[in-house]
Amino acid sequence: MASIQLRVNGKSVTADVDPATPLLWVLRDSLGLVGTKFGCGMALCGACTVLVDGKPIRACTTPVSGVTGQAITTIEGLAPSTEKLHPLQQAWIDHDVPQCGYCQAGQLMSASALLASNPKPTDADIDAAMAGNICRCGTYQRVRAAIHSAADTLARRKA
Amino acid sequence: MNARVNDTDMTVDETLRQLIGEMESSAVSAPFRAVKLDRRSFLKLTGLAGGGLVLGFAMGSDAVAAAGGDGAFAPNAFLRIARDGSILIYSKGPEIGQGIKTAFPLIIAEELDAKWSDVKVEQAPVNPAVFGRQSAGGSRSIPDSWDQLRRAGAVARQMLIAAAAAQWKVPAGECSASDSMVTHGKRKAAYGALASKAAALPVPDAATVKLKDRKEYRLLGKWYTGVDNRAVVTGKPLFGIDQTLPGMKIAVYQRCPATGGKVRSANLDEIRQLPGVRDAFVIEGNGKTTEIMPGVAIVADTTWAAFEARKKLRVDWDESAASKDSWKDLSKRAAELAKLPTGTTTLANIGNVDEALKGAAKTVSALYTYPFVSHAPLEPQNCTAWSHDGIVEFWSPTQTADRAIETAAGALGITPDKVKIHQTRVGGGFGRRLMNDYMCEAGAIAQKVAHPVKLVWTREQDLAHDFFRAGGFHSLTGSVDAAGKLTGWRNHFITFTHDGKAPSSGADWPANQFPGLSLPNYQLSHTLLPIRTPTGPWRAPRSCSVAWVIQSFLHELAVAAGRDHRDFLLEVMGEPRILDGGLNTGRAADVIKLACEKAGWGKTLPKGHGMGLAFHFSHAGHIAEVAEVSVDENKRIRLHRVVVAGDIGPIVNMSGANNQCEGAVVDGFSTMMGLEITMENGLIEQTNFHQYPLLRIGSHPKVEVHFIQSDNPPTGVGEPALPPVAPAIANAIFAACGHRVRTLPLTKEGFTV
Repeated sequence: MASIQLRVNGKSVTADVDPATPLLWVLRDSLGLVGTKFGCGMALCGACTVLVDGKPIRACTTPVSGVTGQAITTIEGLAPSTEKLHPLQQAWIDHDVPQCGYCQAGQLMSASALLASNPKPTDADIDAAMAGNICRCGTYQRVRAAIHSAADTLARRKA
Repeated sequence: MNARVNDTDMTVDETLRQLIGEMESSAVSAPFRAVKLDRRSFLKLTGLAGGGLVLGFAMGSDAVAAAGGDGAFAPNAFLRIARDGSILIYSKGPEIGQGIKTAFPLIIAEELDAKWSDVKVEQAPVNPAVFGRQSAGGSRSIPDSWDQLRRAGAVARQMLIAAAAAQWKVPAGECSASDSMVTHGKRKAAYGALASKAAALPVPDAATVKLKDRKEYRLLGKWYTGVDNRAVVTGKPLFGIDQTLPGMKIAVYQRCPATGGKVRSANLDEIRQLPGVRDAFVIEGNGKTTEIMPGVAIVADTTWAAFEARKKLRVDWDESAASKDSWKDLSKRAAELAKLPTGTTTLANIGNVDEALKGAAKTVSALYTYPFVSHAPLEPQNCTAWSHDGIVEFWSPTQTADRAIETAAGALGITPDKVKIHQTRVGGGFGRRLMNDYMCEAGAIAQKVAHPVKLVWTREQDLAHDFFRAGGFHSLTGSVDAAGKLTGWRNHFITFTHDGKAPSSGADWPANQFPGLSLPNYQLSHTLLPIRTPTGPWRAPRSCSVAWVIQSFLHELAVAAGRDHRDFLLEVMGEPRILDGGLNTGRAADVIKLACEKAGWGKTLPKGHGMGLAFHFSHAGHIAEVAEVSVDENKRIRLHRVVVAGDIGPIVNMSGANNQCEGAVVDGFSTMMGLEITMENGLIEQTNFHQYPLLRIGSHPKVEVHFIQSDNPPTGVGEPALPPVAPAIANAIFAACGHRVRTLPLTKEGFTV
């Protein structure tokens, strides 16, 4: 056990855990941030996707000791404030993307990293960026449409 | 091969067969239960904080308001209107991704004439005595609850109108309601302002209350986003696996990898010494796969500590009575049996198939094979349980909260009144969570510790311990006459049994299924191979696999006859009539024509492209689909587009209905493309998603959905859009490249995406 310092959603937090513990379980069990989901434990399904310094990573296979001092963003920290949603979250609601909803936190985190680096993605860009996120319910058509729609919102804001 | 029949398997399989029957039965809608609730009971039931004027439950004509404090109006357990005009509606069924938490309240709100933005939705408490059916399966949620929920809303509307009419001293018949408001001429009164007056009125008889005609609907049939979507996209703790309780620990449970193995011994002392581990113990179980199989429980402080400890667990299993199933051996045996024209049991023998085949202009014979598959919901099985104060309390992502009360009570040796279940959101069902084994396990572990526990399965456990969609083998011969008409159909179905008598759960094919009642000469027989691997209902049980066989072979015969597939299929449907089992051939023809029209059936396609058609009736839904694919020289498939045309009666939420069809197409393609569960020596060989490759975003097609909305009773669409997907795609592959797909998954025949 060790006392691990983390920066999660802009806040400094401490977790007393085995340094080998995957970030996923530190988020869920130690910090109570259960929006990040457990799906496979092998970085195959993307349900556990979070951002580390803006890059999407699979929290289920990332030891917590590897991300100390880096900026971790989870689904709970995606919205700029409690009142205001991220354009992707709003697009997800507008397109009624979720079915069961279990994979959607991971989908949103991957999509947010995509839009941060590529504000006007093509279908092929989306397919490449989202290839690591399985949706068992098959909401892919709406995921794609919602990403395009959020990209449009962001473009309008900048214009 | 292990041909031994196990007593426990027999009971379990019988239970599972009953479950499918129950889920699929077209029983009349759940009636209102004439349970009277006083205000205290209502508050206790619904967990409402604070006072409120609450009617005694509601459906008896003599029920009147109970005393209350804040002037709210709650004529039944489904809804409550506060004085500020806010409307709370309880959704009684499990939300498994089928959108029921939005659809149920919409039905109530429609008859209530509520403004949708006034409505807040909460999950109803699990109490089937009050709410009736509280399960999600068989696409029965909408049809079974349609009447009940409409009447719940209509009763309230009638009382609110009566309250306004009394206030204005005008006849109720001159008043109307809309947008949470009662209107008489220029006068308007908001529901909130009428709540306390309405609550003082006698409750009308729900059975005679006036319901709207479809043309009067204001809410139903439009697009609505899911009521929990904001919570989903912000990461709120909705799911079973998200539940936490003060003092809660995490449990893992190791069963024997081969079904039926028992614990001889385990290194429990060593496990108890591991970091974060609180306890480890053996659970004998009751030997039922649907309840508690023998195993070892480990209780730890965190999920990671529990998972790590499980890796170090060494169990000496007694596998003398465990499954030795081998898919290789079963397949070999089935291939031999398939050479026989008929099986050991004849299920249907209409006309004279032998004569039809002899006199045919052309005959076609084929063996179709499909594998076992897993449900693989993305949320692994889990359940939180707490044994305290003489009860066992559960927070469970179950599909069958109502049945789970009895199941858990029986498995835990307590009476049903000592079981309390909280329904959580469900991270994917697909039929897996109709069974409550993980829940019984959690309860059994909770009974041995003094604090709440959350049982969490790993993905590997989830794949290893499923109730799989059974594989199967169909040896078919069909005939067409000189005019190209389908004259005969013989199917020797080689399937599986657990009890040695009847097909395993989800592994049967009834005689009345299409085209059994549509042909002059039809023979269906089966041969049963004994297995131990658990099987069960998987999205559209049996239709999910057999529709591919039927609709592909029908296309083979159309091709042999040199006929257009659409015309051939419509000819087999014949005159509009309703067949035993519910298939309405007129509705079938209408959706077949619509799908073809929207897809541009018959148009010239680019080289390497092909279009395929399929129809299937299941779960009271008539669905036709047309797929367009291209296949390149390396057998790489691109699924470009799927057009879905359905008649499921009136649509509740157009977005939800479309979403189910879009998802069914992806699920159907995903499953036919590369999914297969195999077993050797009783062990499931696939361990995680690298060996069970669910379809990813890059392979998904454009899906277009068209509904024929009719006054026929509504049905759910979680299942019926799935079965036509695989045959439509397989027929399109044939049209594109001339390769007839007879074995699934497609990777077996050399295809890739």
